[in-house]
Amino acid sequence: MTDETPSGAAETAVLSIDGLSKTYAGGFTALKSVDLDIRKGEIFALLGPNGAGKTTLIGIVCGLVNATAGRVEVFGHDIDGDYRKTRARIGLVPQEMSIDMFTKVRDAVAYSRGLFGKPADPDYIEQVLRDLSLWDKRDTQMRALSGGMKRRVMIAKALSHDPDILFLDEPTAGVDVELRQGMWQVVEKLRQRGKTIILTTHYIQEAEEMADRVGVIRQGEIVLVEETATLMAKLGRKQLILQLAEPLKALPPELSVEGLSLAPDGDALHFDYDTKADRPGITTLLASLNAAGVSVRDLETRQSSLEEIFVDLVGGAS
Amino acid sequence: MNWRGAATIYKAEMARTGRTLMQSILAPVISTSLYFVVFGAAIGSRMESIDGIGYGAFIVPGLVMMMILMQSVSNAAIGIYFPKFNGTVYELLSAPISALEVVIGFVGAAATKSLILGALVMVTAAFFVPMEIQHPLAMLAFLIMTSVTFSLFGFIIGIWADNFEQLNIVPMLIVTPLTFLGGSFYSISVLPPFWQTVTLFNPVVYLISGFRWSFYGVSDVDIGISLAAIAGFFAACVTIVWWMFKTGYRLKT
Repeated sequence: MTDETPSGAAETAVLSIDGLSKTYAGGFTALKSVDLDIRKGEIFALLGPNGAGKTTLIGIVCGLVNATAGRVEVFGHDIDGDYRKTRARIGLVPQEMSIDMFTKVRDAVAYSRGLFGKPADPDYIEQVLRDLSLWDKRDTQMRALSGGMKRRVMIAKALSHDPDILFLDEPTAGVDVELRQGMWQVVEKLRQRGKTIILTTHYIQEAEEMADRVGVIRQGEIVLVEETATLMAKLGRKQLILQLAEPLKALPPELSVEGLSLAPDGDALHFDYDTKADRPGITTLLASLNAAGVSVRDLETRQSSLEEIFVDLVGGAS
Repeated sequence: MNWRGAATIYKAEMARTGRTLMQSILAPVISTSLYFVVFGAAIGSRMESIDGIGYGAFIVPGLVMMMILMQSVSNAAIGIYFPKFNGTVYELLSAPISALEVVIGFVGAAATKSLILGALVMVTAAFFVPMEIQHPLAMLAFLIMTSVTFSLFGFIIGIWADNFEQLNIVPMLIVTPLTFLGGSFYSISVLPPFWQTVTLFNPVVYLISGFRWSFYGVSDVDIGISLAAIAGFFAACVTIVWWMFKTGYRLKT
């Protein structure tokens, strides 16, 4: 595989989505002008409730769904004009369990490799099956496998042609805890080999555990893309707004408390605090205000927009 | 060209036939052979000869054609319908493989099966009725063109079908009547003039007539017209398949 990027796409973006929209024949708009760049070698979690457009987005990139508008490039190649080049580098594990029940595990994986036009490579297939703990079942028909094994066969099929980008659509839907752990180990191993992994989930914990970056999608729109660490730090934050009786020109020096700032027109103080902290600092702040002679007319607290998003997300998922 | 991809589909389809040998090979050969036994050997001896050919021998090309039409349509239809049904069609759509390569794989395999069946049935027929093949090359050409064209037709049905009923309805309600009324068992010259004209709208007439000509040198319609008819039907099927893949009809959303 070469790493050529003919159209000069950003050197680290392996997947570049630009203004992507999809309206289904029935009139339902699943995606509304989505822009998204995926970096080489990262694990990216697309987080959103059911019906947010996650599967549609993946479907377009992989060739299952026709886009209504917009452009997608994979390693700088257009997914329509250069579909052979883009698809050769992508592996897809769909959400639905889709397998031919009468095929044996090894044959099914070899079939997938053949479809991608790659020469037979029994050693590579063996490695993939071993990595997924399926080698013992290589000559078993699919119908005789457990649900978790079937799901792993689907991963093996997606890896059969050694793709650079792997899509996992809700890999842990309907999967027990043990298998979930196993799944994450597999994903981590793939990342160590330099694969880029894009997974969808509607559990924030899952995104937190696994992903380097998280993109939140809601009603067909990407509402934010953030490093997981930054995102988690922002979560759980609230803002206390203190309306002042008398406007201040500047923040008195004795009130230089972390997180406290004066509103632009000087009539309010904003205090950002962490709801999860043992001592958010509200009592201390109020005492300091009192000491400084600043009187407060009214106060309210506000959740960060991010927090609201996740309340929605969790509400939608449960 | 992703020839490996096409070959992979072809082999998988042939392997499916191998797994269902009784159903896909033995059953059609036996049921067609029953026609030879009943109409050829038993009843045929009491029938008048047509165009100077014994009745048993006369019906062989028609019966071979009938079986090839039915088998091509149903094999190719199930071949592409099944991945749609069990969801594995996602693999075909997400692989770096063109419509042409997918068609070569599925239609090639279905046509191959039809040719194997055709050969088996003709060998079987030779045991029951006296046969001759005057134009073996033309016979082979008709056999191949019909197998490929009707496999393409079946492929279209398989993409179009949303359920098993639709999958079966076209072979049962269209292909079978057209074949029975297309001169498998009689020369259309025995019909009253009006029905002769009506019959000429049945495309299967041209296939059977041309195929029979390659056996005995006699035909209901001119051999050139037969060739043109099958070429026309082939072109129509190719156009429809091309459109289906271009628009993603019932394959993509």
